Amino acid sequence: MSTAYEPVIGLEIHVQLKTRTKMFCGCELSFGDPPNVHTCPVCLGLPGALPAVNARAIHYGLMIGLALGSELAPRSVFHRKNYFYPDLPKGYQISQYDLPLCRGGRLGDVRIHRVHLEEDAAKLVHVGESGRIHGSDASIVDFNRGGTPLAEIVTEPDIRSAEQARDWLQLLRVTLRQLGVSDVNMEEGSLRCDANISIRPAGSDELGTKTELKNMNSFRFIEQGIKAEIERQEALLRAGEPVVQETLHFDPRTGRITSLRSKEEAHDYRYFPEPDLVPIDITDEMLEAARAEVPELPAERQERYRTQLGLNEDSAKLLADRVELAEYFESVLAVNGSEPQAVANWVTELAARLDEGDPAASKVEPGALAALVGLLSDKAITVGAARQVLDRLVAEGGDPKAIVEAEGLGAIGGGEELAGLVAEAIAANADAAEKIKAGNMKAIGPIIGHVMKATKGRADGGEVTRLVREQLGL
Amino acid sequence: MIELTAKQLADAIGRGDVSAAEAFDAYRERAAADDLNAYLWVAEERPEAGAGPLNGVPLAVKDLFCTEGVPSQSGSRILEGYRPPYTATVVRRLAEAGAPLLGKTNQDEFAMGSSNENSGFGPVRNPWDRERVPGGSSGGSAAAVAAGSAPWALGTDTGGSIRQPAALCGIVGLKPTYGTVSRYGMIAFASSLDQAGPLTRDVTDAALLYAHMVGRDPCDSTSLEHPEAIALPSSERLDGLRIGVPRDALAHEGVEPGVLAAFEATLARAEELGAAVVDIALPHADHALSAYYVIAPAEASSNLARFDGVRYGLRRDADEGLLAMYTHTRHDGFGPEVKRRILIGTYALSSGYYDAYYGRAQQVRTRIAEDFRAAFRECDLVATPTSPTVAFKLGERVDDPLAMYLGDLFTIPFSLAGLPAISIPCGLSEGLPVGFQLGGPAFSENRILDAAYALEQAIGFTPLEVGG
Repeated sequence: MSTAYEPVIGLEIHVQLKTRTKMFCGCELSFGDPPNVHTCPVCLGLPGALPAVNARAIHYGLMIGLALGSELAPRSVFHRKNYFYPDLPKGYQISQYDLPLCRGGRLGDVRIHRVHLEEDAAKLVHVGESGRIHGSDASIVDFNRGGTPLAEIVTEPDIRSAEQARDWLQLLRVTLRQLGVSDVNMEEGSLRCDANISIRPAGSDELGTKTELKNMNSFRFIEQGIKAEIERQEALLRAGEPVVQETLHFDPRTGRITSLRSKEEAHDYRYFPEPDLVPIDITDEMLEAARAEVPELPAERQERYRTQLGLNEDSAKLLADRVELAEYFESVLAVNGSEPQAVANWVTELAARLDEGDPAASKVEPGALAALVGLLSDKAITVGAARQVLDRLVAEGGDPKAIVEAEGLGAIGGGEELAGLVAEAIAANADAAEKIKAGNMKAIGPIIGHVMKATKGRADGGEVTRLVREQLGL
Repeated sequence: MIELTAKQLADAIGRGDVSAAEAFDAYRERAAADDLNAYLWVAEERPEAGAGPLNGVPLAVKDLFCTEGVPSQSGSRILEGYRPPYTATVVRRLAEAGAPLLGKTNQDEFAMGSSNENSGFGPVRNPWDRERVPGGSSGGSAAAVAAGSAPWALGTDTGGSIRQPAALCGIVGLKPTYGTVSRYGMIAFASSLDQAGPLTRDVTDAALLYAHMVGRDPCDSTSLEHPEAIALPSSERLDGLRIGVPRDALAHEGVEPGVLAAFEATLARAEELGAAVVDIALPHADHALSAYYVIAPAEASSNLARFDGVRYGLRRDADEGLLAMYTHTRHDGFGPEVKRRILIGTYALSSGYYDAYYGRAQQVRTRIAEDFRAAFRECDLVATPTSPTVAFKLGERVDDPLAMYLGDLFTIPFSLAGLPAISIPCGLSEGLPVGFQLGGPAFSENRILDAAYALEQAIGFTPLEVGG
């Protein structure tokens, strides 16, 4: 019998902060502008230039720490991380080492190890067909990105599968987006993720040798990459070979994992306190200002929707993860607060018709959606009819009641008309009626279908079933 | 005009006795004719200067200050011909105050040295004796002021680089309290120690220039406002002043007898002026040199990483791959002393050695600052010789870095503690000037300048003849 292995995964996430200017100079942040237009002596690392900390970046860092329930340092220090690379103009990155802005915390089911601030490297552009460094003719540097403020969020190794890693990263993404501190766009690189991965025999408490998988730039690649690395490590262990500590690159086109550098080749970063900056004392005023700007976050909102409004888990998560849906949902509830789950369902219906659009920007007024839900709960219309009304609302806006009346979509109630139609349907489907009488309720389909056809879907299915049973003497 | 101090020249221009243009041209000519190798660049014509209170008295500036469009090479071949797109805050402030840029002065490469022999552009000669060094690293600035090719000059001091060349050239040099002058635009050697300051013919000029240098700069996070307005000194007496002398530190075998004699004579004059000379202890001063030669190279190893051939300055063999470009550029661009310190500093910061070297050195630094705090309960200012020796012969110490490092024995403790200190000429030994160092608590520049001024009047030191 082969051993079952348990993956142990921790993530390191780099988030570009959406400040107006860079981490240590006054250059504007940009994406997609012509190369090297947002530069100055500081972010080009010119001789004699000195950094000055962006207060807004500290503020955003504190907001992230508060959102993750971290312990916020009363005094935070920047360090220099020394290494040579052409995208690093000073030959060191200003980062944080043993006195990060935030320590500890939790998001969902994953504990946070620390959050620190640093500056982004510039962007290397490899000239040549491959677009990658290997086989390129030359490499040129665009310093627009250099010096962009980054928050590095490091988790504890609490993740146990590739799917969990993907889901948790999505939770982090919506959390950061609701904080408003980042665009969190993986394709544009404002959210980047590395994974530390090891495996161990299930039930073991010891940690296996870990590898670091670098820079997977979509949620799909993260899941694929981690899965591939877990499989690679399992295959090694099953073959009796050790996992070697190294840094790896996942190529999503081929699914292959290649080594970037081994432990022996790892840098000695020679961290030391950045002498060009003074320590940052986090004052009560700074904390208060950060606290005042932290909104209700997805995890809290989801919990509130479940426990206080009684929404099911899927609805609660769907709404909480998209703040524009949640806000619209709550504005509908303000008009019709009696049926939160029904409102949630119809906000979901509406969202499906708007693609990724914000419902608040659509033609469907919250009051109209509340009225639609009210018509349904009064059984004034059927679900099918309500969908037709919603289509009209999305296209043209307006009042649901007026649409129902104008289109003749009102439900046919339990009166004479419906009883007569049911009688007609039974007569037209005598075989089915016999089977029902013999105890086979599943045979009711054709009879209901007949009634629905005659009423263009306006009949209430439950009422039709009741009438069928009544008329057949069941 | 050339015999006038900067203050006298500013006053003469203010009175209309001489025009700012005439003053600039006269100095421009002298600087261009300099044969001490004190200048690496001299202005072709008078730059536009602010109509400030310095009235157009031209200023020589150490090469490592960035000056827009003007070579700023920090004495290094790796920056040969580099012309920055911006000007250092302090140079800009002085230009706005009416001190236009006269020229850029030679220095030890990246301010690493005590003799100016480490310049990538050749050594500077001491105007008192051309076979001798002017001191360093601000040797070009000191030689230019002493030789009268500049009315005054800017230098920088990391471990003694203003005070020691001022002493060896018989002029005044002030190393201010760390943080009182912006470092923005100074090509860094050791960030936590580097500080700009004046090199001048007399104490009044030092006070005048410094008064226009100070002030917080938002571009330098380590800078701050000086709590006092800097005043021109006027004291004739030292009544009530307690001058502390660290006798144990002075007992070092490397201190020349002639230097000690001039120092003691100056202390005697101080007593005549009413000062009390008291013994003090700086118990950790013995370790200052060792700590300095860990901290400064450690910071330098990181500060000098940017010279990689990618963006500016020298670039070698970019076609042979990244590593070849890095190694060949840095191999060819840096001189031997710079390489030595990069290696020492890299080692001191390495994983596994950090605590033993950098961490330990920082502890020593803290102890030295505490020593001074304790000493300043017993005295108001501390005095030592500036340099243990007078100017030495060119080439004499180039093969013995430790002997060279000893030249900063008395200046380094103040640097490590971030404290202000001045060097004034106090006499001659073997026909060469001896410097008297007077240091004080943080922000005590006014008191130091006042005391130095009173001593200066009493000493009546005869500077090198610069007329003509």
